[in-house]
Amino acid sequence: MDLYEYQARDLFEAHGVPVLAGIVAQTPEEAKAAAEKIGGVTVVKAQVKVGGRGKAGGVKVAKTADEAFEHAKAILGMDIKGHTVHQVMIAQGADIAEEYYFSVLLDRSNRTYLAMCSVEGGMEIEQLAEERPEALAKVPVSALTGIDAATADKIVAEAGFPEELRGKVAEVLVKLWDVFEKEDATLVEVNPLVKTGAGDIVALDGKVTLDDNAEFRQEGHGALVDERTEDPLEAKAKANDLNYVKLDGEVGIIGNGAGLVMSTLDVVAYAGENHGGVKPANFLDIGGGASAEVMANGLDVILNDAQVKSVFVNVFGGITACDAVANGVVKALEILGDKATKPLVVRLDGNNVDEGRRILREAAHPLVTQATSMDEGADKAAELANASAQK
Amino acid sequence: MSIYLNKDSKVIVQGITGGEGSKHTARMLHAGTNIVGGVNARKAGTTVAHKDQHGAEVELPVFGSVAEAMEATGADVSVMFVPPKFAKDAAIEAIEAGIPLLVVITEGIPVQDSAQFFALSQEKTGADGKPVTRILGPNCPGIITPGESLAGITPANITGKGGVGLVSKSGTLTYQMMYELRDLGFSTAIGIGGDPVIGTTHIDALEAFEADPDTKAIVMIGEIGGDAEERAAEFIKNNVTKPVVGYVAGFTAPEGKTMGHAGAIVSGSSGTAQAKKEALEAAGVKVGKTPSETAHLLREVYPEHEELSSL
Repeated sequence: MDLYEYQARDLFEAHGVPVLAGIVAQTPEEAKAAAEKIGGVTVVKAQVKVGGRGKAGGVKVAKTADEAFEHAKAILGMDIKGHTVHQVMIAQGADIAEEYYFSVLLDRSNRTYLAMCSVEGGMEIEQLAEERPEALAKVPVSALTGIDAATADKIVAEAGFPEELRGKVAEVLVKLWDVFEKEDATLVEVNPLVKTGAGDIVALDGKVTLDDNAEFRQEGHGALVDERTEDPLEAKAKANDLNYVKLDGEVGIIGNGAGLVMSTLDVVAYAGENHGGVKPANFLDIGGGASAEVMANGLDVILNDAQVKSVFVNVFGGITACDAVANGVVKALEILGDKATKPLVVRLDGNNVDEGRRILREAAHPLVTQATSMDEGADKAAELANASAQK
Repeated sequence: MSIYLNKDSKVIVQGITGGEGSKHTARMLHAGTNIVGGVNARKAGTTVAHKDQHGAEVELPVFGSVAEAMEATGADVSVMFVPPKFAKDAAIEAIEAGIPLLVVITEGIPVQDSAQFFALSQEKTGADGKPVTRILGPNCPGIITPGESLAGITPANITGKGGVGLVSKSGTLTYQMMYELRDLGFSTAIGIGGDPVIGTTHIDALEAFEADPDTKAIVMIGEIGGDAEERAAEFIKNNVTKPVVGYVAGFTAPEGKTMGHAGAIVSGSSGTAQAKKEALEAAGVKVGKTPSETAHLLREVYPEHEELSSL
């Protein structure tokens, strides 16, 4: 899960990273009150999980609380690269002397962490990495030690901080590692990390990505989810513990195992090329244990997607045998009753396939067609979706 | 021959008394795996009853730790069915004990935990300077050498012994591909898992298959996210002489959405299926658009038309 800037700021503060005052506001009135509370010059910043908000007009300096009100009014509701602005952060104005860059992230290739740091901050890091790679220090961080004092010293030295600043910056880096480790983050980025006119080091803008797998030990993280930006079908699926991603097509997909479902999406998209360009409507992995209830929940989510014209159920029976999956489909259709209105193509292969196909054949549900291979099933489902779309 | 696992492998199960551990212990025994015991600190000294491949009753001893189990049985493989919360400690226990192969089936382990136990495994080296413990997974289906041994959850009845070596991030795609090529049979099929940090990589498996005399051709299955496939392509170009065909899942996956596996995500232009396909093709690997086309490509490069006499 990616966090908003204000959420990152709050986490930084909780772990002792120096930050400036910042208050989130949902309305212009709240923005004004926040500006009054902070006092002096403030910055009104759109809270969206996408870069480039400054250029889009989503960041404005306010000299007075009334100006903060006006800016918030203009920014709230704005669309930035497809993201609606639901809230702004009123941030204390900063007296910036210098701008730096720091991040620590999971380095998949090397199966460890990587710290990146530069005394040239402020600009997009991709641009810096491309144009002046020598200005960006990259230091591997051991998963066993993290950024301890020695590693922090190494990072600031390689980044080229002047001698007199090194101790101060290193101290902040150790605290940022604390955020990374204690919050189960996979990315902590500060851009810019600044030196103020008074010589203090402050994290001015932060980006944090949290590991969803760590939810069981991070009780506070559930509250960070912004339900306004969640797709309602995705939220419903999540409530039922289903692994669902909404896409923009007409063929609903249900399968078992992430790899096979991804592959099913591709095969349906290829088949769609011959059937009016129909595309997969979603990713839905019902996992190993495809019980009737899980199948019913899955079908329920998919059939609630108004865009869906047909459904392709693609299951390879491994741990869960095909007869159990077939029973799941039959019972799911019973549970759904009149709510099931779209044609289903079911492809079963693997353990107990003959029994599974017999169960579906004998149930003879009018909406269900069987396919004997993945390619055939994808083709049939695409054809049905296209026929229905043209009605 | 095979890679990493054969009929002589002595396997223990961490979490043998739990629901998943118990179910899959039965399946592994049925597939012929030589399971010599299990681990659960709270049930040390007890036994669990199962049936072996021939239906005979077996009593498997439960040990208090991996080290005790190894000491008593000479186990060299551990398969872990431990919930995410306890997975890190269980993995560290196995690594500290020096188990040669640790298969981590558990899904949903926080990536910092995986990074930690992987780092630890790299530090514990033997006399040859190489890590003592090879980790497979986490979040993987494990490994099967058909007709000999199964350490994991792969269905054992899809196909038998043959000359195809398979390495894949995904479980069900592994099963699908084994099914497509069931007439040829497999030397070893290995699922490396879909998490961002995994122990054994595509490259490790490719290197082992290249060295395995019974592997005639290799299928490599990848998916979106990371750059493991690109790195594997580079490795194949320089080090693999056996025919390799590839498949990559996730061409239609949108940017920024995790597709089931924690590691399966396209960020910006990195990790796309197209980039992986191009890298593999540049290394001379033919890449199928679908699993069935990939199976077809494998048949074209398969050196001997030796088919399995019986399934």
